[in-house]
Amino acid sequence: MTTPLVEMKNIRISFGGVHAVDDVSVDLHPGEVVGLLGHNGAGKSTLIKILSGAYGMDSGEIWINGEKAEIENPRDARALNIETIYQTLALADNLDAASNLFLGRELVTPFGLVDDDAMEAECRKIMGKLNPNFAKFNEPVSALSGGQRQSVAIARAVYFDARILIMDEPTAALGPHETQMVSELIQQLKAQGIGIFLISHDIHDVLELCDRASVMKNGKLVGTVDVKDVTDDDLLGMIILGKKPEGVNVQD
Amino acid sequence: MSHTDTSDLANSKKRSFIHTLELDLRLLGMIGAFVILCIGFDLATGGRFLTPRNIFNLTIQTVSVAIMATGMVFVIVTRHIDLSVGALLATCSAVMAMTQTQFLPHVLGLGFDHWATPWVTIALGISVGTLIGAFHGYLVGYLAIPAFIVTLGGLLVWRNVGWYLTSGKTIGPLDETFQKFGGINGTLGATASWVVGLLAVAAALYGLYASRNNKKRHGFTVKPMWAEGVLAGIISVAILGFVGILNAYHVPERKLQRLFEARGEVMPEGFTQSYGIPISVLLLIGIAVAMTILARRTRLGRYIFATGGNPDAAELSGINTRLLTVKIFAMMGALCAISAVVASARLTNHSNDIGTLDELRVIAAAVIGGTALAGGVGTIHGAILGALIMQSLQSGMAMVGVDAPLQNIVVGAVLVLAVLIDIIYRKRTGEA
Repeated sequence: MTTPLVEMKNIRISFGGVHAVDDVSVDLHPGEVVGLLGHNGAGKSTLIKILSGAYGMDSGEIWINGEKAEIENPRDARALNIETIYQTLALADNLDAASNLFLGRELVTPFGLVDDDAMEAECRKIMGKLNPNFAKFNEPVSALSGGQRQSVAIARAVYFDARILIMDEPTAALGPHETQMVSELIQQLKAQGIGIFLISHDIHDVLELCDRASVMKNGKLVGTVDVKDVTDDDLLGMIILGKKPEGVNVQD
Repeated sequence: MSHTDTSDLANSKKRSFIHTLELDLRLLGMIGAFVILCIGFDLATGGRFLTPRNIFNLTIQTVSVAIMATGMVFVIVTRHIDLSVGALLATCSAVMAMTQTQFLPHVLGLGFDHWATPWVTIALGISVGTLIGAFHGYLVGYLAIPAFIVTLGGLLVWRNVGWYLTSGKTIGPLDETFQKFGGINGTLGATASWVVGLLAVAAALYGLYASRNNKKRHGFTVKPMWAEGVLAGIISVAILGFVGILNAYHVPERKLQRLFEARGEVMPEGFTQSYGIPISVLLLIGIAVAMTILARRTRLGRYIFATGGNPDAAELSGINTRLLTVKIFAMMGALCAISAVVASARLTNHSNDIGTLDELRVIAAAVIGGTALAGGVGTIHGAILGALIMQSLQSGMAMVGVDAPLQNIVVGAVLVLAVLIDIIYRKRTGEA
């Protein structure tokens, strides 16, 4: 077995006495898509925010490429090539696409000044690949449609050589055509050996896109299964009742 | 502006003309309002408003508030507010007044008018302003006390620290060199003013050229050459026209005669001398350029606007928004100190009520200049224009003979009206 890209071991975090994530362990291999499933409030977004550095965990360990990693803030996560596409998109609405794409990692001229033209040129290149119809480069992203905004958010994660990609409900705000675009993108990224955590509450998304699925309920891990071994009813049982499907190999 | 209504052909043509020049419509609107205001007052005063003398006075009266307004833009863009700027100005002014009239001459024994006095004083004043501002920023950023509360408390604290330091007395006269930062006591004269004007034109033209080249290099579409030419023409005429007006204001004959007499000479017949650009105005222009570069071309500026637009996104992008808050308030403090230099030098002394109500003028200038209290939007040149509009209103009404209470009533109403117009404008253009 190859070294896992990510191992999160016995992660715990609580907010004011509520155990949002309670002793959860998940892992992710190169070129693999792992779905994180569960109801609202099951703790999946919280778990993933620990990996992306937005929250600090109370206890547990994170191993990246077989080495123990300390992730205390979003900068640490980025340094480990962990990129996140948040459900709320995390775009600064008043800035244009290029500024958002490079936010926190601006290209600068030899004098240390922000090089807007160079960033726009790079932005045009990557958007040309991701979403050829995209044309609003000089307007604030508040003027963009949901799908266009999503492509900016995805471009940001892809541009900087992500090794580990976290997608939090990437298709929630999208129409069918754009959802299809995201699916194709996930296949491409997989082929490049990138590991992806896909957070979703849509079982069909998960069955279609993922290799394995980890299901959470009330902050605890119900179990991790191979998607090809289970039916949607099995997954529903795990999500709603916290019941492990019978006759299926379930990782704890 | 993608959904332009094309049914009105004339309208769309006008739009595309402005669009080709890539001019900011809101800025044009403000300049338009300012021009109408000036012409209106000029007619009402029988031509006394638009004289070189009055324009000179208007600019030097605007400097202190305008300098602070450039910093207030960043504070408001990040969704904070600073109510303490007038009080902080008073504390900095008090510290500098005591330093140059008591501490340096007597305690350190440098005597009066030592060459080092003004520079040590200013350095100390700016340090004090920066430290107090940084402290405000720490309370807001790291301890999460709302900026409104921190600076409301600061208003009381610093207004009275200034009082305490000087025992409420007026301190003066200030150092002679120090006074040169005030306005009429320190101007460049005609020749140097023209040189500065020409250098500014050269810098602006080079800026246009460099930006065009850079865009071409990346293969972007650039403005047609005629549009660049029109823009370059407007900028050149504006800069040189401004210098020309300031140079047209001559030192009064009586004052010149006294100057010659003091030197034991006789003034030649027909001798005149221009004031030219005041050093304080040059200081404001320098700060405006620096703050604009900071806002548009540095990472710090980009993070300020990103944080204003979406604080969570900024945080998740790895921006240290707490430290950013400290930096913004520290910058605001430094600018208060610089304004304190200008304000006290203009009065030639430190008085206990210096900077009173400046916080309101500064916030009003930034807001009239298009800075949105919801955050994320604002420009430096807008804030300076806002300060100029406020000062023109006040001076103009005083010249027309409007009673003082009515002046303040009008200024207050204009502030509310300006924000209302801005809200309507943003709704129409579909901006957030």
